[in-house]
Amino acid sequence: MAFTAFSTGTATEQGPRKSSRIALLLLLPGVLYLMLFFLVPLVSLVITSLQAPLELGDIGQYQAAFRWENYATVIGQYGEQILRSFLYALLATIFALLFSYPLAYFIGVKARPWPLLQNLMLVLVIAPFFISFLLRTLAWKQILSDESPIVTGLKALSLLAPDAYITGTPIAVVFGLTYNFIPFMTLPLYAALERLDTRYLEAGSDLYAKPFTTFRTVTLALSMPGIVSGVLLTFIPAAGDYVNASRQFLGGSGTAMMGNVIESNFLVSLNYPAAASLSIILMAAILVLVTAYVRRSGTEDLL
Amino acid sequence: MNRPFPTDPVIRQLIVQAKRAQFSRRSVMSGAGLGAAALTLVACASGETEAPSPAKDNSASDKTLNWANWAAYIDEDDNGDYPTLLAFEEQTGIKVNYDVAVDDNNTYYGKVKDQLALGQDIGADLVCLTDWMVNRLIRFGYVQELDLASIPNSKNLTTSLQNPDFDPGRKYSLPWQGGFAGICWNKEKVPGGLTSVSDLWDPSLKGRVGVLSEMRDTIGLIMLENGVDISADWTADDFNAAIDVFTKQVDDGQIRNIKGNSYLEDLKSEDTLAAICWSGDITVINAEAGDKWEFAIPTNGATLWNDNFVIPIGSARKSNAEELINYYYQPEVAAEVAAWVNYITPVDGAKDAAMAIDPELAENQLIFPNEETLSNAFIFRGLDGQEESEYNAAFQAVLLGS
Repeated sequence: MAFTAFSTGTATEQGPRKSSRIALLLLLPGVLYLMLFFLVPLVSLVITSLQAPLELGDIGQYQAAFRWENYATVIGQYGEQILRSFLYALLATIFALLFSYPLAYFIGVKARPWPLLQNLMLVLVIAPFFISFLLRTLAWKQILSDESPIVTGLKALSLLAPDAYITGTPIAVVFGLTYNFIPFMTLPLYAALERLDTRYLEAGSDLYAKPFTTFRTVTLALSMPGIVSGVLLTFIPAAGDYVNASRQFLGGSGTAMMGNVIESNFLVSLNYPAAASLSIILMAAILVLVTAYVRRSGTEDLL
Repeated sequence: MNRPFPTDPVIRQLIVQAKRAQFSRRSVMSGAGLGAAALTLVACASGETEAPSPAKDNSASDKTLNWANWAAYIDEDDNGDYPTLLAFEEQTGIKVNYDVAVDDNNTYYGKVKDQLALGQDIGADLVCLTDWMVNRLIRFGYVQELDLASIPNSKNLTTSLQNPDFDPGRKYSLPWQGGFAGICWNKEKVPGGLTSVSDLWDPSLKGRVGVLSEMRDTIGLIMLENGVDISADWTADDFNAAIDVFTKQVDDGQIRNIKGNSYLEDLKSEDTLAAICWSGDITVINAEAGDKWEFAIPTNGATLWNDNFVIPIGSARKSNAEELINYYYQPEVAAEVAAWVNYITPVDGAKDAAMAIDPELAENQLIFPNEETLSNAFIFRGLDGQEESEYNAAFQAVLLGS
């Protein structure tokens, strides 16, 4: 090992100065791509978010301006929906983690002696992706509808009030978010746990640690990169999701999330500045939350 | 991903330097990018308020036509062909590409508005859109003026639709099909039935009521219930009074589902037992899922809407489009379409033609309404740009619970 490391070291010693132009050239497509498809839309979004309505203009007519009040207006008007988005996303992330961890642990650690079972279970986790996400969500809407066996059954067991319902409530939305993002949580967790060296666990018990202590100090600590990427992969899209909470799917008028507010302002009210400033707020809030989270969990190298 | 930082201090120093250089290079480049992007955007933004001019008509040399329409909105046979359209192609030699591209006025508008503003071809030479959207397109100059002389059959247009406030004299648009928005209910679960919009607010239906996410239908019906004539010059107070009723019913949990076309799913799954709905749909789901639902025009009146043919400003096949409109304004053809789609045809004489196909159909008040039925159906008056922004925002605020 030391030998190869040494040899590559000497090879690159003369390399850099000569190949720096080539490296730049190789970077060019990526940089151009980012400029064209990320930076330009982002700048256009910022410009739109600062537009002011055209005086005596028609619906959807705006002019270039520097109306930063747009941000204050949307926060005042949609503060509730903004907070709700992050709350739902947080709940969905926690539930997905609680559900996925034992599952990933079983597939990655317990099922190791039976590779066939391991592969089969992985396929089962990924299989839902073969069907459109919209169709699966619509199917849940049917399953949870008022006259469905689940709801009538819960009512018969008096677990649900006679006039209660599930679709169109926050429960349905958080359920939908959790369900839809479980694979994104399970796969990174599996990848981390699959590499877990079980000899560490044996060492833990040899040193008289209780099973829980071993789990906390060994398993959990070693699977932390998986948890962090799983949480990011779940939380970020869940906060911006507008399908589950939409009135057409599992939500109702009391469950609107930021994505729904942006959609309605953009497509129906044609209030482009409001939609743009909400998008930027969503982006900035996620960036801040994610940075704080990654800092706290001590895995800056992941970014 | 998770490579440990090297321990050798010299190497560490080198890495730190390299990172710094990388960073500054990146920030310089992004700075330049921002400037360039801002410049292009400013260039794009200038001169956008001018109305676009119509495209040159190439119909004489180009015998094709692209028609964008809604799903299940034309007669269809078992092979998925459209019999009336096939007959048109045979008669005129114009090849029609019928595209089910419209599933919502707003999303369709969102898709094509930038091209319309530039006067470009949107891939459709003929589109059927609802009154209020046509109103907006005409206001913005996004549609071409029709040459009624080349649509002689337009004389068959029923009198009550000849002078809508958004297009007096029908210079830019002609109706394709229309319908009522009224009330409907599940006959098994609500055996007593409903007669007025207020019956939807009955406590026994709490949480099982659905309304349409189309402002003009839902708020229109509530305004009618409040005794306002929605076709006349009502005021913002009349509108706000209806919004208040609507907000209260949503907040109280009486109204649970507010949807567009997908409200039929809720009727079928019985999440919704009573609803504000469109006339033609009820005929269709009764045929599909058992005769379970009934539609009625509320005592204080129903709303009446139409989807209209318009020729987008960038279309180079205007004459072909006019020829097609003319074809569908023949009573026999209109009757054939009406018999399949179950909506109201705007063509006079279609009822007599329908008698020949199916007398029972011709008596259906939801497809061939008589004077009495029509006297209780009202068209929501056209809104100007200011009103449209304001009322839309108020309605959307309720839908978002804000």
